[in-house]
Amino acid sequence: MTAVFPALRILPEILLTLTGVLVMVTEPLLSAKISRKPLGVLALLGTLAAIAASAWQLHLPAGTAFFNTVQTDAFSVFFHLLIGGILLVTLLVSLNYFEGHSTYIGEFYALLLFSAVGMMLMTSAIELLMVFLGLEISSISTYILAGYRKRSAISAEASIKYFLLGSFATAFFLYGVALCFGATGSTNIYSIAAGVASSSSPLLLVLALGMMLIGLGFKVSAAPFHVWTPDVYEGAPAPIVGFMSTAPKAAAFAVLLRITYTGFGTMSHIWIPLLWIMAVASMTIGNLGALTQRNVKRMLAYSSIAHAGYLLVAFTAFSADGLAAACFYTAAYAAMNVGAFAIISYLSGYDERRVHLQDYAGLAKRHPLASAAMAIFLLSLIGIPFTAGFFGKFYVFTVAMHSGRWILVAIGLLNSGLAAFYYLRFLSQIYMQPYDATQDISEAPAQPAFVLGIAILVAAVFVLGIIPNRVLHLARASAATYFPGTGSNVAVHARPTPLR
Amino acid sequence: MHLVLFLIFAGLCLAGALNLLFQRHPINSALSLIVVMTSLAVLYLLLGAEFLALAQIIVYSGAIMVLFVFVIMLLNVSAEERTHGSRIAYLAGIPGVLALFAILASIFLSLTKNLGSAQLGEFLVTTSDLSRVLFRDLLLPFEVTSVLILVAILGAVVLARKEH
Repeated sequence: MTAVFPALRILPEILLTLTGVLVMVTEPLLSAKISRKPLGVLALLGTLAAIAASAWQLHLPAGTAFFNTVQTDAFSVFFHLLIGGILLVTLLVSLNYFEGHSTYIGEFYALLLFSAVGMMLMTSAIELLMVFLGLEISSISTYILAGYRKRSAISAEASIKYFLLGSFATAFFLYGVALCFGATGSTNIYSIAAGVASSSSPLLLVLALGMMLIGLGFKVSAAPFHVWTPDVYEGAPAPIVGFMSTAPKAAAFAVLLRITYTGFGTMSHIWIPLLWIMAVASMTIGNLGALTQRNVKRMLAYSSIAHAGYLLVAFTAFSADGLAAACFYTAAYAAMNVGAFAIISYLSGYDERRVHLQDYAGLAKRHPLASAAMAIFLLSLIGIPFTAGFFGKFYVFTVAMHSGRWILVAIGLLNSGLAAFYYLRFLSQIYMQPYDATQDISEAPAQPAFVLGIAILVAAVFVLGIIPNRVLHLARASAATYFPGTGSNVAVHARPTPLR
Repeated sequence: MHLVLFLIFAGLCLAGALNLLFQRHPINSALSLIVVMTSLAVLYLLLGAEFLALAQIIVYSGAIMVLFVFVIMLLNVSAEERTHGSRIAYLAGIPGVLALFAILASIFLSLTKNLGSAQLGEFLVTTSDLSRVLFRDLLLPFEVTSVLILVAILGAVVLARKEH
C-alpha cells in the first residue's frame, strides 16, 4: 500500500473546519446592518470544496490514518458525499430564512459547517473515541440550531428537550463504549471485532452492544427511543429540521453499520433480533402516530421515525446487499425529507404561519410550483415508482426477503400502505381543497438560491428513482468495504494495515 | 488497605451523589458535587491512575466547580420549588434503574473470574507515556476536541446574548 499523507484522509473535514472558522471570524468584522449572505456564499463554497475533496478521496487507496483512528474507503466517501450534499442544499434553502430575523446568521453558518465536520468524522472513524467526539460535535451543534428562533418559546422548548434527552442518550453510548473497552481491551472497531470473536465474557459484550444501540437508536429516532422527535421537530426552524432529520441520522446509521457489521459481526445472532424489534416498533409507531397528527411538522416527524424503521429492515439482512440498500435508502430519504421541510420553510416562513394541515388548503392555486415540488417529495415518501423513495423501499424489502425476513417485509409493506394515507391526505389538502382567500399570508418571492436548492433536490429524487446506477454503484462499493469480493472495482481491504 | 479505602470513598461518593439530588438549594448541590468529584479522584488513585486522579481534582473539583458556584451566585438562584414529579418517573424510572443495577451487578459478579484483576503499585505513568498516547496515538481526537469546544463556545454566545 502506498503511503498517503495523513491529512489527506481528513481533507473534507479540514476544509469545512477552516471555512467555519473563517465565517466565524469574518462575522464580527461586518457591520451589523449589512446582509450576511456573503458569509452564506462563503460557507457554500467551502461545502463545494469539501464535496469535491470527498469525491477525490475515492481515488485514494483505502486505508487508515492518524494511528488507526480514521479510515477512508468507499463507505466513508459515500457518507461524506451524502452529508456534504445535505449541507449544501440546507445552506441554499436557508440563505434567506433568517435574513432580518436573527442577529446570529454568521454563527448559524459556522455551526452548520462544524456540525457537518462532526458527522463526517463519525462516518470515517474506526475508533470509538473518535466516533464519540464526532457525535458530540454534531449533537451539540444541532441542539443549538434547534433553538435558533430565540423569540419563540416552542423553539427554546425544542432545544432544551433535545439537549437533555440527547445528553442522556450520549451517556448510554459512552457507557457502552466503556463496557466494550472492558470486555475487549480496545476501542478500535477492528480490535473489537477480534476481541468479540475470541471473547470469554459474551454477557458483558451483549450489555455493551445494548447500551450503544440505545444511544444510537436515540440519535436515529428509532422506536422506542423516539419520544423526543415530534416535539423537537415541531419547535425547531424548518430548514434545520430538514438538516437534522437527515444528516446526523445518516452519520449515526454509518456508525451503527460499522459497529454491528464490523465490530460485532460475529454476534449477529444477538443484534439482528434487537434491530428486528426496533424496526417493527419504529415503522408501526411512526406510521400510526403520523395518522393522528394535524400539525404538518409533527406528522413528518412521525414519518421520519417510520423511515428509520424501514432503514433498520435493511440492517437485519446482514449481507453486502443489505448494507448497500441501507446506504442507498439513507440517500433517498435525505433527498425527499430535506425537500419537504424546505418547502414548508418557504411556505410558512420564519414565524411559522402555516403549521396545520388546513393552512395548506388549496395552496396549489397560489403556489403552483412549490406545491408541485411538495407533491414530488410526498409521492417519493410514499414510494411511488420513478421516485427515490420507491427504489429505496424496493431495494430494502428485496434484500430483506433474500435474507428470509418474510414477517418483517410483510409488516413493512403493510406499513407503507398505511403511510400512503397520511401523505395523500396532506397532498389532497394542497390540491383538492378550495383556497381560503381570507387568510392573508404574503410570502417573499422565492430567491434564486432557494429555487436552485429545490431543483437539486427534485433532480436527486428523480435521478435516484430512475437512473440510480451511479449511486447504487457507490453504495455497492461501500458494501464491499465490509464484505470483500462482492463485485466492485474499488480497491478495499477487510482490515487495512496502519500506514506507519 | 485498598479495600478499606475503596469502601470509605465509594460510600462517600454515593452519599455525596444522593445528597446532590435531595438538596433543594443549588449551592448545596454544587458543594456535594465537590465531594463526589474528590472521592472519585481517590478511587482513580486506588486504581493506579494517579494522573487522572490529580487532573480530576484540579479540573473538576477545582476549575469546573468554582465556575458552577460562580454561576449560581451570579444568577442568584434560590431554593427549588418542590414538585410532585411525574408518575411515570416513579412507576417506570425506579424499577428501570433497579433492573439495570441488578443486571449490571449480576454480570460483573458472574464475570469476576474472567475479567481478572489489575496489578497496582508496580509502575508509574510517566509524562512521556502520557504524551505518547495523547499526542501520537490519539492525536486526531485530541485536535478534534478543539472543534467541539469551539462549537460549545459559539453556542453559548448565540444562546446567551440578546437579539437586537
